[in-house]
Amino acid sequence: MTANDLALQQAGEAASGSEGQPAAAGWLKGLAVGVALPALLALGWEVAVRAGVSNGRLVPPPSRILATLVDLWRTGDLVMHIVATLRRVALGFAFGAVAGTILGGISGASAMFRRLTDPMFQGFRSVPSIAWVPLFVLWFGIFEAPKVMLIAVGVFFPVYLGVLGAIQSVDRKLVEVGQVFRLSQAQMLRRILLPAILPSWAVALRSGLGLGFMFVVAAELMGASEGLGYLLVDGQQLGKPDQIVAAIIVFALLGKIADAVLVRLSAPLLAWQDTARPAL
Amino acid sequence: MLTIEALTKTYAGGTTALSNVSLSMQAGEIVALVGGSGCGKTTLLRLVAGLDRPSGGSVAVDGNVVTEPNAAVGLIFQEPRLLPWLSVADNIAFGLKHLPRKEQRARVDFALMRVGLAGYNDRWPRQLSGGQAQRVAISRALAPEPKVLLLDEPFSALDAFTRASLHDHLLALWAAQRPTMLMVTHDVEEAVTLADRVVVMQPRPGRIFAQIAIDFPRPRDPLSDAFIAAKRRILEALDGSLSESRPKPKPDESPAAAWW
Repeated sequence: MTANDLALQQAGEAASGSEGQPAAAGWLKGLAVGVALPALLALGWEVAVRAGVSNGRLVPPPSRILATLVDLWRTGDLVMHIVATLRRVALGFAFGAVAGTILGGISGASAMFRRLTDPMFQGFRSVPSIAWVPLFVLWFGIFEAPKVMLIAVGVFFPVYLGVLGAIQSVDRKLVEVGQVFRLSQAQMLRRILLPAILPSWAVALRSGLGLGFMFVVAAELMGASEGLGYLLVDGQQLGKPDQIVAAIIVFALLGKIADAVLVRLSAPLLAWQDTARPAL
Repeated sequence: MLTIEALTKTYAGGTTALSNVSLSMQAGEIVALVGGSGCGKTTLLRLVAGLDRPSGGSVAVDGNVVTEPNAAVGLIFQEPRLLPWLSVADNIAFGLKHLPRKEQRARVDFALMRVGLAGYNDRWPRQLSGGQAQRVAISRALAPEPKVLLLDEPFSALDAFTRASLHDHLLALWAAQRPTMLMVTHDVEEAVTLADRVVVMQPRPGRIFAQIAIDFPRPRDPLSDAFIAAKRRILEALDGSLSESRPKPKPDESPAAAWW
């Protein structure tokens, strides 16, 4: 590197440093780095199909996927499918997260309740959730209820386990503070145990939400007339790989956005954390 | 006011941590417990706080026997143990939830002013230094105005300067409410600085070896003759407690038990 280059580089650094928005700039830079590889691969495939190296019939090039997405958007189908899927995930997640938090919390606070119920839950946990589907269909019919139930079951276990494990590892020293102030069991749960586990709870909810998106696909694959999972099945049956890939991309975006929303919502609750790194 | 009678604690493993300890304290008195490690100082404190149950004997505050944590007894731990998810003000108000909000705020502000942390209400515990955190912990324990305050080596993790200033803060708070204070310490100077009476304990099993009254007025100059004399008496008693606990087997034990 010549002295001239060095001077130029320093000047460049000074200029970028003086822009005054290092956080936003850093975020954009992170996004650019993260997108670079998939964008390059997509571009390569596009070029390959255009150049006639492949006909792109089974693996459609990005332009065709984009066109499919635009088509779906224009007819309003895309919004309908997204809304249907999001509604199922939201309902299932709400039921599963609430049940997991409450039962995990009670199990963590009461040894008696834990001895009574935990073996049963652990047993159910090792049942693949899809195995419940026939039973749910018998019980709840074939419309929304069994799908929401399936998602709720998927969300329940990571949240239940996360809450239970976190409560059991709450620092004895903080529990003793509660004892000195004569907290009842319910107060101990509300004022010491639950706040202490907030960080682990946020993580448990995130993994629950991730499973929620996994199970919504399973539920919709098994029979739905709308939803992104339906787009997948439809694309397979009618031989439209572009529609399948489009649905997959929408799934990825939705999952990422939902996760980011969850992180953003939980951030103010975790402002007190004394961690080496800013939370997630 | 605080009456400890024939208190004995034997742990499940068969270790007798505390054997037949009796101690009676007047209202507003400050007593320091000193002694070698394993002499049951902390066990005694936990029993008085109601965190553990005695194997024999009893603890009573104003005639009421203590069997579980009790509004009349406050406890300050060796570490601040602030709840990290509560602001400084909410930590101090932790034991005040039965009071109206206005009263809570008034007590918090008063306590913070007393310990020299006025305006720290909205800080998080992670933003405090060790000495500041322990001051908040003292305020939290004193805010519900307990009759008895127990302190378990509350300043042992702090440097000498911070410790000295905390002694002043503690005495200021004590002067405002005059709780009966029972503190465990391993620092003889701290005991002489703060206490009206120093109880020297003896290990294996934990019991009281000697009680030394310190009757000259506070604040106490650590270079004064009275201070140095008191310190010497405590150190001699400590020496005695350690040497005596070793070679002399108790009369009810067979000589074979003297395995040392």
